[in-house]
Amino acid sequence: MNNQKLHEQFILSLKQEKRLVRFYQFLILIVFFGLWEAASHLRWIDPLIFSSPSKVFHLLAEKLADGTILVHIGYTLFETVLGFIIGTLLGTILAAILWWSPFLSKVFDPYLVVLNSMPKVALGPILIVAMGPGMTSIITMGAIISVIISTIVIYTSFRNVDANYLKVLQTFNATRSQMFKEAILPSSFPTIISTLKVNVGLSWVGVIVGEFLVSSKGLGYLIIYGFQVFNFNLVLMSLLIIAVFATIMYQLVEMLEKKLIKNE
Amino acid sequence: MDFLTVENVHHTYLSKEAATEALSNINLTIHQGEFVSFIGPSGCGKTTLLSIIAGLFEPASGTVKIENQSVFGNKDLSIGYMLQQDYLFPWKTIEDNITLGLKLLNKDSESYASTASNLLKDVGLPPVEKKYPRELSGGMRQRVALARTLAVDPKILLLDEPFSALDYQSKLKLEDLVSNKLKEYGKTAVLVTHDLGEAIAMSDRIFLFSARPGKVYRVFEVPEELRALTPFEARAHSSYSSLFQLIWKELESLE
Repeated sequence: MNNQKLHEQFILSLKQEKRLVRFYQFLILIVFFGLWEAASHLRWIDPLIFSSPSKVFHLLAEKLADGTILVHIGYTLFETVLGFIIGTLLGTILAAILWWSPFLSKVFDPYLVVLNSMPKVALGPILIVAMGPGMTSIITMGAIISVIISTIVIYTSFRNVDANYLKVLQTFNATRSQMFKEAILPSSFPTIISTLKVNVGLSWVGVIVGEFLVSSKGLGYLIIYGFQVFNFNLVLMSLLIIAVFATIMYQLVEMLEKKLIKNE
Repeated sequence: MDFLTVENVHHTYLSKEAATEALSNINLTIHQGEFVSFIGPSGCGKTTLLSIIAGLFEPASGTVKIENQSVFGNKDLSIGYMLQQDYLFPWKTIEDNITLGLKLLNKDSESYASTASNLLKDVGLPPVEKKYPRELSGGMRQRVALARTLAVDPKILLLDEPFSALDYQSKLKLEDLVSNKLKEYGKTAVLVTHDLGEAIAMSDRIFLFSARPGKVYRVFEVPEELRALTPFEARAHSSYSSLFQLIWKELESLE
């Protein structure tokens, strides 16, 4: 009875803490937008450059009403999600190939280092000329920016799997592909998930830069266009939309994490 | 006829720094249903020899045969190998862990689920098939590992210090369990251990190895009266301590 009471109190205090955290998180949001609005109104900052929340939301409502913004969001979101999936998948496949052949991994080691340290967005102009100024080259940008670092991180995790698990499988006469499926891949899921989290951010960078360079649609295009016609309401609105969708993508990855990794 | 024969086995580890001779001229035979132990100072190559018997790698020279078949690269021989830790796969349920070997070896089993639950009963565990390894204690997990090893009905069990990571009580219980199961199924087993008492309590014969390079130094027969007892009872028997003293002196002289 007493124990139960203690437990109830504990649960209550946990709930209270959670509520308090939420409250402060919300407060920061309100204060941020409030300060921004006030600063813009009172001319502490230049409203032409920094706009103001009311203008941004007004613009957003307008664009939502005529539907044009949805096309841009859809375009960018499609490119980003595809670039993100291709980048991570390709990275995992390359890592698997390197794990499969230690010889290949030794040969490619210096090249991976070079490719990783190179700024991938610098390849943008080449990609655009080679693949044409369209969606393909932008998706490629989104993928290429994350593929090498994914390969390196996931390959390292493959190699660090405790050799004794492989020994157990070996005594059951497992083939190398069975070892990969039963031990290597599942024990690397946590690492793969954390590269996914990093890649969410990276593929947004790749896609937005790609759209800066060529596109006539998408949020990156809106930012560049807003900049060229000096419409910073448009720039900030696009930025806010990107922030919202990048967060949603991140949350989806976290949901996937909870699903995949229940028993660590 | 001998069940397991090790003939003229040499093994050398090669690294950039040096070539280290781990095993030199090992010859031994083990009979069907026999339980033998390998003991010796660290670096005497007993674990290396166990891995070679398991067919995990090929010795530099020499042969290891079970029922006249070479062990290395032999897909038909099934060998049970237990390690110091359970190495259960944390993302698989207990049931999937136990039946892993069966699935990999494509052994037909009426139903994997019933095989798993029978084996769990057999190793003295409650029905925990649907649980994950992290939910069990160390001793229970090692029992599951034993069940996983027994599931594929191996010809020989190779035990690489499987009790060394357990607390004393679990260790004693598990020794009895393993010993019982092996007798019940008539399995041949090789145990590598640091624990002299464990070797005496469990084995029929004990191979003492000397180090650098690893060689069979002496072989001790465990007296009949100890073999008939469970490991726990054997520890309390009078011939246990005299054999312990005898081997202990030999061990001391090696170090």
